Formats: sequence, C-alpha cells, structure tokens
Amino acid sequence: MKAKHRFALAVIVLGLLMTGPFVVTSLLVWLDMKDAERAMLTDLLLSRLPVGTMMTLFGFVLGVLVLHKLFKQYVEGLLRMAETLRLMLSANRNFRVTPEGPLEVQQLARAANDLAQQRDVLMDDVDAQIARAKASVEEEKNRLAALMSELAQAVVVCNLDGRILLYNNRARLQFKALAQGPTSVSGGTLIGLGRSIFSILEKNQVQHAQEVITQRLNSGKTALSNFITTTRSGQLLRAQMVPVLAGSGEEKKTLSGYVLTVENITRSLEQEARRDQALHSLTEGSRSSLGSIRAAITNLIDYPEMEAELRERFIRVVDDEAARMSQRLDQTMAEFSDSMKTRWPLEDILAIDLIAATQRRIEDKLQLPIKTEALDDTLWIKADSFSLLFALVFLAAKLQDHYAPRELRFRLSAEGKLAYLDLIWAGAVMSAETFYTWEMETMQVGEETSPLTLRDVIDRHGGEIWFQREKAAQRAFFRFVLPVALPEIASDLDDKARSTGRPEYYDFDLFNFADKSIDLERKLSDLAYTVFDTETTGLEPSKGDEIIQIGAVRVINNRLLRQEVFNQLIDPECPLKPESIPIHGITEDMVRGQPTIDAVLPAFHEFCEDTVLIAHNAAFDMRFLQLKEERTGIRFSQPVLDTLLLSAVVHPNQESHKLDVILERLGVEIGSRHNALEDALATAAVFLKMIPLLEEMGIVTVRQALEACEKTYFARIKY
Amino acid sequence: MAHKILIVDDEPNIVISLEFLMKKEGFEVAVANDGEEALAKVASFFPDLMLLDVMMPKKSGFEVCEALRADPANANLQIVMLTAKGRDTEVAKGLAIGADAYMTKPFSTKELVAKIKSMLGVA
Repeated sequence: MKAKHRFALAVIVLGLLMTGPFVVTSLLVWLDMKDAERAMLTDLLLSRLPVGTMMTLFGFVLGVLVLHKLFKQYVEGLLRMAETLRLMLSANRNFRVTPEGPLEVQQLARAANDLAQQRDVLMDDVDAQIARAKASVEEEKNRLAALMSELAQAVVVCNLDGRILLYNNRARLQFKALAQGPTSVSGGTLIGLGRSIFSILEKNQVQHAQEVITQRLNSGKTALSNFITTTRSGQLLRAQMVPVLAGSGEEKKTLSGYVLTVENITRSLEQEARRDQALHSLTEGSRSSLGSIRAAITNLIDYPEMEAELRERFIRVVDDEAARMSQRLDQTMAEFSDSMKTRWPLEDILAIDLIAATQRRIEDKLQLPIKTEALDDTLWIKADSFSLLFALVFLAAKLQDHYAPRELRFRLSAEGKLAYLDLIWAGAVMSAETFYTWEMETMQVGEETSPLTLRDVIDRHGGEIWFQREKAAQRAFFRFVLPVALPEIASDLDDKARSTGRPEYYDFDLFNFADKSIDLERKLSDLAYTVFDTETTGLEPSKGDEIIQIGAVRVINNRLLRQEVFNQLIDPECPLKPESIPIHGITEDMVRGQPTIDAVLPAFHEFCEDTVLIAHNAAFDMRFLQLKEERTGIRFSQPVLDTLLLSAVVHPNQESHKLDVILERLGVEIGSRHNALEDALATAAVFLKMIPLLEEMGIVTVRQALEACEKTYFARIKY
Repeated sequence: MAHKILIVDDEPNIVISLEFLMKKEGFEVAVANDGEEALAKVASFFPDLMLLDVMMPKKSGFEVCEALRADPANANLQIVMLTAKGRDTEVAKGLAIGADAYMTKPFSTKELVAKIKSMLGVA
C-alpha cells in the first residue's frame, strides 16, 4: 500500500473514531427510548447540534493535522531516508543522510551514517589491498614478459591442448624465418596467442614429450624432455619441454601446461657436418696416400739392390703421394677453415648496440667523452659481447693513461665478410712495441680484471686488431676486425612502427581456453577474432573488381594483438583504376610482383582459423571473398560480425555509421587510416569499445550479437 | 707350384709396391684395376689369394667380395681386404660378407706378407 493511501485510511479511521462511539451510543440509547423521550432528546440535540458539530470538526481537523505532521516526520521522513540509504549503497558511496525530523529519526540517521562511514573505511581498505595485490601481480607479469621478450632463446608456453599462451619475440622471429610460403605472412600465421603449437611442431612428438614428462613427474625425476623435430620447410629444431605445474605447496601438483624452448639447429648441424667432412678428408683421405708411401719406402729399404728403374718408380710414388697429401691438406684448410677453428660461442649482435653499450661504460668508468662517426647501423657481428666490450674499455683506459685524449670516437664499417670497428683518438703517436705489450698483458680496468689478454679476445673472435695512423687528420685508430654475422632474423621495422609499448606476447588467461571450436553461446569478450579489411580496385566485385590488399589483426580474450597481423598486397592481374588510387594509396608498382589472390587466400584462411571474422561493412568484403570460393576452393565459413551493424544496434538513432564517425563517437584515437591493416586495427578498436555497450543491452553472446545485427535496418541493404 | 695372388686396387702407386713385393716373395701375381676386372681375372687367373681394395670405381671391394662368395666355386679363394677406412664398422662388414682378413691402410708390408704366408700355409 502506498504511503498516500495509508494516510487517507488513517484520516478515515480518525473520523470514525471521533464520531463512531457517539453515533453508536446515540443509536443504542435511541433504540432503548420511549417515543416521548425520543422527542425530547431530538429537541435537545437539534438545538445544540451546531456546537457539537463544530467541536467535532475542530477536533477532527486538529487530529488530522497531528496525524499529517506525524506522517510527514515518521513515514515520509523514513522513506526519504531509505532512498538516501539506497543511494549510498549503490550509486554514490559518499552520500550521507541529513539528520532531520524528530529526535528518534535523527538518531537513526546518525547511526546509519556511522555504519556507512565504517563500511567506507573497510571498503577503502579492501580496495587498497586489492590494488596492491593487483599491482604486484601486474609487476610480476611485466617482469616476466620483459624477461621473456629479451631472451635469446625462442620460448613458447602452451596449455595442455597445445594452445599458445605466451611466446617471446625470438620465437616469433624464428618461426617467421622458418616459414616458407608465397606470402610474407605465412610465418606470422603460424605463431599467435591461442593458436595451436601443432601447426609448428609435430603433434605426436609434442605429445610424446608430454607423456615422458608426466612419467618422470610421477616417478619423482626431473621433469624435462628433449626432442628434435623437422619443420615443413625441412629445418631441424631442437625443443626442450619443461612442465608448468598447477597447485603449490603440499598438494599434489598437476601438469597444466608446458614451456618449450626451441632452437633451430639446422645451421649448427650443417656446420658440424662440414667439420666432419673436413676431418674425414684429412684422415681417411690420407690413409691411401700414406699406405702407398709406406709400402714404397719399405720396398726401398728392404730391397736396396733393386734395379735403378724400379727404384726411380718407388721414389716417384713417394714424391707423388706426398705432394697429393700436401695439396689435400691445403684444400681442406681452405674449404673448411670456418668450421675447423675451435669456436668460442659467439652470438649475433647488432654492432651499434655493442657500441652504445661500450660508450656508456667508457663514459661511466673513465669519464671520457665518446663521439661516433660514420656508423653502419645495419651491421651485425659475431661477438662475445662481454669480452669484446671489456677489451674496448681496456683500450680506452690505456689510451687515457698514456695519451690523455680529450675524447674518443667510434666508427663502424664493413667490407665483405669483415666488420671494422674503429676506436679513434687524436694526438700522440704510439709505437708498435707499446701496442704489442698492451696486446699481451691481462686486461684490467680500475678494479675489474679479466683473465684474458686483448690478443685472447681477438683470437676468440677469429678476428684481428691493429692500429693505423690517419696522418692528414692527425689522429690514429685501433681497428678491430670482426666476423660479420648474417642474421638469420632481420629486425622487423614494421613492428616498431606498429606497436607502441610492450608487445602483447602473453595471455595467461588462455590456460583455461581449451575449446577451439567457435561456440556461438560463448561471451563476446571470451572469443578469438580476426578483424580484417580489404582494399579493392573498385566497388563492384561482380563486375571484375579485385582485392589488392588484405589487412587483418587478431583480437583474443578482449585484447588487440598488434603483433599478430596479416598484411599483404595482392596482384589483381588487371590494371588498377586510376580514380581509385588516391583512395587506397596503392599504385601499380606496389602490386606488380606480389602474390596473386590464389596464393594469398589460403594463407589468410589459415590466419583466420578458429576465429570469428569481423569487418566494417562486412558484407562488402565477404562478397569479394565469396566470389573467389569457386576458383580457390577456400571457404570462409566462420561466423561474421559487422561493426557497422553493431554500431546501428548500439546507437540506433545516429545517422552515420561510417568508421570515421564511429571512431570519433566512441572516442577511439587512431593514427593514420585508409590502408587495409590500419583500417582493420581501427575496426578492432571499435569492436572492443562496443562489447561493453552491447552487454548493457543484454547482448552478451555471439549468437545474440548476430541476431541483433540481422534485425537492424542496415542489414537489409544488400550488395 | 707358386701360389697365385691377385692384386685389386685402382691406385697404381700402391699396386706397384704390392706387385713388386709379392713377386719378391715368390708369388705369381696378377693385377686388376677395378671391381669388374677383378671378377674377370678371378675367372681366368684362378688366384689362391686376393688383395682387394674397398674403395674402387665401378664395383666396390664389398661388392666384389659378395659376388665371389656367392659362387661356391670360389670357396677356396682367400680374400684380404685393404681399405683406407679405419672404422670398426667397416672392418666388421668386410669380415661378415666373407673376407678372410682385413688390413687398414697404411699398413706394414712385413705384416701383410706374414699374414699372406700364414693364410696360404707357406712357412
């Protein structure tokens, strides 16, 4: 019952209470009376009725006023307070009840405020604790991610289904380098969060290794397993697997995933094989010759009286075979010199990185300013960077002690397979003898000593060092000659442009992301998506317009994976329309020589595997893909979401659902646009912004999103 | 009657020494320069013992040995394999397919002569 109704009822009850007893009493008395008495009473009453009514009315009004006052204070006041309390409970935590009305109500209000206060303190405390815990977890995660990304080994972490939860940059580059396909992205499609490791490594082998680990775990041994596998492109990989165990402390630990360290050993095996070959040619190859020499010599010794002609022949055998052996030795040395040297493990390092590190160290240790001259910043060298850096600092310290140069300079150049790292100083001339002693003494810089000499370091690199004068410039330099590395993995400039901040190479939530099929009842925020865009020669696929670029990016577990992209230009095998070139910025020169759609679609299809497709105005892009179905035999059968339609669902009253407009409406900041990859990135960002808006409308699952899209007006426009 | 020895090797520099040595030791000697010639010479020369090099063009020493052992007519022919490969596995293979002895180059000619003599039962 509403408060107002109750008030009305109370008024009626009051009226009845004031008049009721009198009326009832009067009625009972009336029924008991004789006619004469009744007449007398009527007379008596009628004459005094106005006074009585007046008094009754007065009393009634007074009663109503009191009632109203009480109602205002106790009922409405409490109701208001209840509302305020609700407000404090949900929307506005900091709101407080204003103590008003009667004392009791005020006391209640104060008590409620005190309770709220106490609650706030507790909640703040909990929040603070959560924030602290979160921060430390986040920090640990970041530390781990940073560690992983800097590792020189390729590391991949998988859950038990072989889904990739984490991989580092090295792994990405290594697998990219492994990939051999018609498009530049075939490698990129192999590795990715949530993808299956079995597309890279042989499934049986991985599972076998997993079994070995389980067995070893059960028997209490170190759980570790090694295997060697070949990739589709024939490269040899050595993988080491260690388990990720769930559960801690006393409880029994169970396998929840594994860490794979993968190394490409094709090269080292090749090198080993070459070394074997060299060894073989030196040993077994010498046996025949030695055999002939030995037999001939023995004959010469044992039968000194033999005829001169025969003796001559035996001597020729010895001469001939000795010459052959020398020749073979020379040949082997020339051919296998690289693999014959005992090699100190050298790593491939970008030479300018080494120089930058050395520069910091010298400035820090010696307070000696360093400048750089011409630096070849693309040069990779094979180096043991620690000893090489020490040697450079050592030389700098020596120069400082003996010649006190004001500054030192670095220069970097390359000639064929040799890299020249020059340490330049101006002024005094040094003698070859001095340098010789420097070369041979064990190195020391301040407190730090090394067991090595400069010569050791140089030998370790199979390099050379000398000093040389530049008379015209009145200066001299030490030249380190070091082996040039041909990095198997080129640095990916594309990535640098694309990503800001730390790459998204891990997602531990994926430990529970087992189901690989696309379940339409899954939450929008839980799925893996491929957001893509195409550039085309024109707007009419049925009239021969063709795709000239596909750009795509993955979204998984509500995160945009900027490193996992597909970006491919395509040769349309027909001339571009001049009027379209300003729109997509793609020229004839750019598409000629690119793979054709027949080669690109399979790679793109692989990239999209197990994901929901998303595009802005998807119908348009899908039409182009569908028209190629017959020719390529490739079908994109997964569900497709359209951000244009989703925008119409979320904001049905807005006029425009163009990508630019949506970006602005949703406050998405995006750099440049209008190439396929950038548009795909923008679309992905828009989609992520839309997920919570859709959830507010009760659209939570993929199926609901698909259904809502179908109902929008825009869905009826067909291409 | 002198024992007959067939020397099979494609390298003239070793053949010349072996031929000289065997003749000096009083054997009747024939020479073959590859595997096929060796098989032909066995059929025409009827050697008692064969010095057989492993690494040869056309037919390797292993193949020659196997071919000879496949024919019971040659059961009495003794085969000494000579090889420039020093690996145990190859020695084992040579003996397994029917060689009677195995010498790895470079070998001592004295030992070779002693071995041949003991195999032929010549004191």
